[in-house]
Amino acid sequence: MIPLSVYLYLQLSTMALTIDVTHLSKKFNDTYAVNDLSFTVNEGDIYGFLGQNGAGKSTTIRMLLTLIQPTSGNIEMFGKKLSISRSEILKQVGAVIEKPDLYKYLSAYENLSIFAKMSGIKVSKKLLMDQLKMVGLEDRAKDNVRTFSQGMKQRLGIAVALVHNPALIILDEPTNGLDPQGIADIRNLILKLSREMGKTILISSHLLSEIELIANRMIIIHKGKKMVEGAVADLLDPAHTLVEIDTLNNIETTQLLQQSKWVPFIQTKNQLQLMMNKTAVPELINDLVEMGVQILSVNSSHSLENYFLSLTTQSENVEAFTN
Amino acid sequence: MWKLLQIELFKISKRPRTYIAFIAVAAIVFIFQFAFKADGQSYMDLMLQSVKDTFSFDRVQAINGYFMCYIILNTLLIQVPILIALIAADSISGEANMGTLRLLISKPVSRTQIILVKFAAATIFTIFLLLWMAVTALFLSILIFGSGDMLVFRSKGDESQILLITKDDIMWRYYAAFAYATVALTVIAALSLLLSIFAENSIGPIIATVCIVIVCTIISNINVPVIDKNVKPFLFTSYLVGWKGFFYIGTDVDGKTIKGSLENWPAIRKSLLILIAHIFILITAAVVVFKKKDILS
Repeated sequence: MIPLSVYLYLQLSTMALTIDVTHLSKKFNDTYAVNDLSFTVNEGDIYGFLGQNGAGKSTTIRMLLTLIQPTSGNIEMFGKKLSISRSEILKQVGAVIEKPDLYKYLSAYENLSIFAKMSGIKVSKKLLMDQLKMVGLEDRAKDNVRTFSQGMKQRLGIAVALVHNPALIILDEPTNGLDPQGIADIRNLILKLSREMGKTILISSHLLSEIELIANRMIIIHKGKKMVEGAVADLLDPAHTLVEIDTLNNIETTQLLQQSKWVPFIQTKNQLQLMMNKTAVPELINDLVEMGVQILSVNSSHSLENYFLSLTTQSENVEAFTN
Repeated sequence: MWKLLQIELFKISKRPRTYIAFIAVAAIVFIFQFAFKADGQSYMDLMLQSVKDTFSFDRVQAINGYFMCYIILNTLLIQVPILIALIAADSISGEANMGTLRLLISKPVSRTQIILVKFAAATIFTIFLLLWMAVTALFLSILIFGSGDMLVFRSKGDESQILLITKDDIMWRYYAAFAYATVALTVIAALSLLLSIFAENSIGPIIATVCIVIVCTIISNINVPVIDKNVKPFLFTSYLVGWKGFFYIGTDVDGKTIKGSLENWPAIRKSLLILIAHIFILITAAVVVFKKKDILS
């Protein structure tokens, strides 16, 4: 007999999981595009899905949306198996997969109407116009999508993904091809959807800085395999701060640093770059001043990009070594 | 399913490509009507040349709306598969090409439903195209050329035959012929739909459909006993022109035509069943292939 408290805990923990992927693999011919991938997305998360081109992000997302059949593994969404409850699950999912391709010969309103009906909801003119208003396209409702810019198509794609009020929104590279203003608009929309409407969002992007700004949890995959998964705050550990120094004589400064206690932190031989804990930066500056180095500038950054690159580079190095 | 079908029909109706088929049919029909109005007599002289001593008929009266429709259908129903392929072969490949297939499949509708709805829409398009042919080739011809008894020229083995169908015995034959043609052309739609699943733009499946129809038609017309026995019975093209059977009127022992009769109804029925079997096999194959297909477009 399970104690009530344990039972309730189990129930709540199961309900809170929006996506639960276990040992997912997809093999094309002899190559694994996704290899034994497991991850979980909790209710309310903005979950960043990171990886270089060809890492397996889109393949994974396509498996979540049943566009591709997994070779092995299991996908559960909203506590139900995708392979069994496909239709029921997809009613609660909205997605923009890569480019927001829509029917070019139809208007924005007609496109939205078609996909809303296909999502199984009751469609009204007000609902559709409200949706178009949300993405700033209410004035272009009757215009053919053929005449839209990439940014407008992207916004309409998001309106299509949201029209049936899904609990989970999957966005595959939603900022692709957008100008800086378009990127900012999409970012704000995602934050609004998460904070004000409580949506769970899975977003893949190659713009790591974007993920850093909006996601609370993330996964990095490389060549189909999981490199790391966790809270963005944890992964942005100050220990991974990249410090770049510019001095009057960089060659001489490099030589001085190589003879000092800072040797283990030097990233490259020819440039003054150190990977270190952010809290140690003042001490480094002090030491350089004591060595008589004339410092022109010190830049420190602990972006996800550094972390991502260090992880994927490490992996390549290990592979090269193994081969 | 009904809602999905409505959506599919709406999409088809909004595509400019859809109307090419209707324009093409109208153009061909008008050219025929113009040519026969201007110089139909020469055609009739040519056709009746071999029987001018044994068969007496008013050649001017012979060119009426019913006769015109028969002539037009004889020519047009060979070309119409291309027009059907234009729409049906675009069903899945067109969506893949536009990128909308991803969105379509990520919606809570099953892949089987998608194929069945696409097929139903292609069938409805075929019906509308044939209705349009009926309006232009039959009813418009009756308006232009009037009505009357109908002559049917037929090659039977080495000999030519001319059948006369009385005015009051024609209309039901046309309705039946158009219904048969719908089934025959639906096979083309099903074939195009199946081929459409394998491609990511519509040109490939359209060309493939046309090539298959041409190759099978050529084989269907080869008169070699081995092919007659072992290949032809299984080719859908052997049955595409079966609609003509409704105009091959039965005759009595004296050679007089029997009103309301068909020369060989069992053969027509068999042809229909074989065509329906083709549709069933092609659509089942389309569903099976599409369900297993990874959408990578």
